[in-house]
This record gives sequence, C-alpha cells and structure tokens, in this order.
Amino acid sequence: MAIAKKSVIWTLFAAGGTLTAFVFPALIALFLLIAMGNVPDGLQFEQFHTFAASWLGKVCLFGVLFLSLWHAAHRLRVVAHDFGIRKDALVANVVYTVAAIGSVLAAFYLIGIG
Amino acid sequence: MSRRPYNRPMSKTTWYMRNSRYKVYVMRELTSFLVAFYSFLTIFALAALAADSAEVWNGFLASQKSTAMVVFHGLALLYFLFYQTFPWFKLAPKAMPIYLGEKKLPDSYIIIGHYVAWVVVSAIIFWLTGVI
Repeated sequence: MAIAKKSVIWTLFAAGGTLTAFVFPALIALFLLIAMGNVPDGLQFEQFHTFAASWLGKVCLFGVLFLSLWHAAHRLRVVAHDFGIRKDALVANVVYTVAAIGSVLAAFYLIGIG
Repeated sequence: MSRRPYNRPMSKTTWYMRNSRYKVYVMRELTSFLVAFYSFLTIFALAALAADSAEVWNGFLASQKSTAMVVFHGLALLYFLFYQTFPWFKLAPKAMPIYLGEKKLPDSYIIIGHYVAWVVVSAIIFWLTGVI
C-alpha cells in the first residue's frame, strides 16, 4: 500500500513537472500581455468563454491546473523541510489540502461555464 | 572510554548557502511558489469567467493591468524559464533514458526533442489564444 501511494504521488509530481515546464512560460506570457493591456483576441470574453465552455477546453484547463497544483504541493512540502520546518505531517496536510481545494474550485468554476 | 561524536554545525534554515550547487537547488525549488501562484491566479480568472458576464470578465482583465504586474510577470517568466523549464529539459535524459535495442539514444537528442516540443506547445497555446 505504501509503495502504491508513493507511486501515485510520484506520477502526479512528474507529470505536473513536465506539464508546468512546457505550459507555464506561455501562461505567464499571457498574464504579461494582460498586464500590459494587450489582451489577445482569444482571451476576449466571447472567444475565451466559448473555449472554456467546450469539453476540450474544460479538460485542458482542469488537467493543467490539477497537475500543477499537486506538483507545487509536493515540492512546497520539501521546500518547507529545506527551510527548517520539521513538522512534515502538518505541512503535508496543509499543502495537499490547499491543492485539493484549488482542484475542486477549478472543477466547480469550469462546470459552471457553459 | 566515552566518545563524543562530532556533530558538524549546520543551520537548518541557511545550510544551502555553503555551496553553489545547493544554492541552485534551492533557487530551482522556489519556482514551486510560482507554480502555485499562477495556478491560483488562473483559478481566479476562471471564477470571473464563470460569472457568464462580459462585464465581470473585462473587470478582471482591467484589474490585472498594472506596471507593477508587468515587471512581476516579466521577472517571473525569466526566473521560471531558467530555474524550471530549462533545468527540467536538461535532466529529462537522466529521468527517462531511451534505449534503442542495446544502444542508448544520445542525451542531446532527448534534450533537443524537449525544446522542439516546448516551442510547438507554446505555439499551439499562442495560436489558440490568438496571440499569433
């Protein structure tokens, strides 16, 4: 059981790491464009709403957010240890709970777009 | 005869400052804060989109427009590229070496493959969002 649990966490972590490495530079660049006031056409309400309302859009957005959140949670747990916080059980509960809340919120909002 | 074992003095909070490899490791791991930050920023954006109103969405876009955020996103992008994306590609051949029969595929092929895939993925995202 312990091995099975670990392998699930490891798979989510590795998949999230690959996904964030590939996708996040573009995601940050999009927020940079928004901050500059140059909102691209695809992020205008009509177009982005249509994308997020489609099943493909929902699956892509949820997949990216879910895996990124679990990846970040797993690494932040280790970062806490690296910075001298030695209450691993507490830290693990906090980071995984926050990741779970984020995943549920993402699903909730995505289901609501339609 | 009693012996007192030598405990090398080591700080629990600043141990990585002793060695440049450790510093790079900590710099890299700090990108996990950026992953968490941008994930929640995107969820926040979805919350605005879920209101099903162009007004609310445009309000969100307007709220994100600021010089401070331009600087923040710019620095975050550079930091993320040099401490997450590029190191991840660099270690890919170690994490998943590919064997063709007895022969190992050269590391450089796998690394270059990742860069090519990254350019393609980014192009698809920019195409979908109408940037290009």
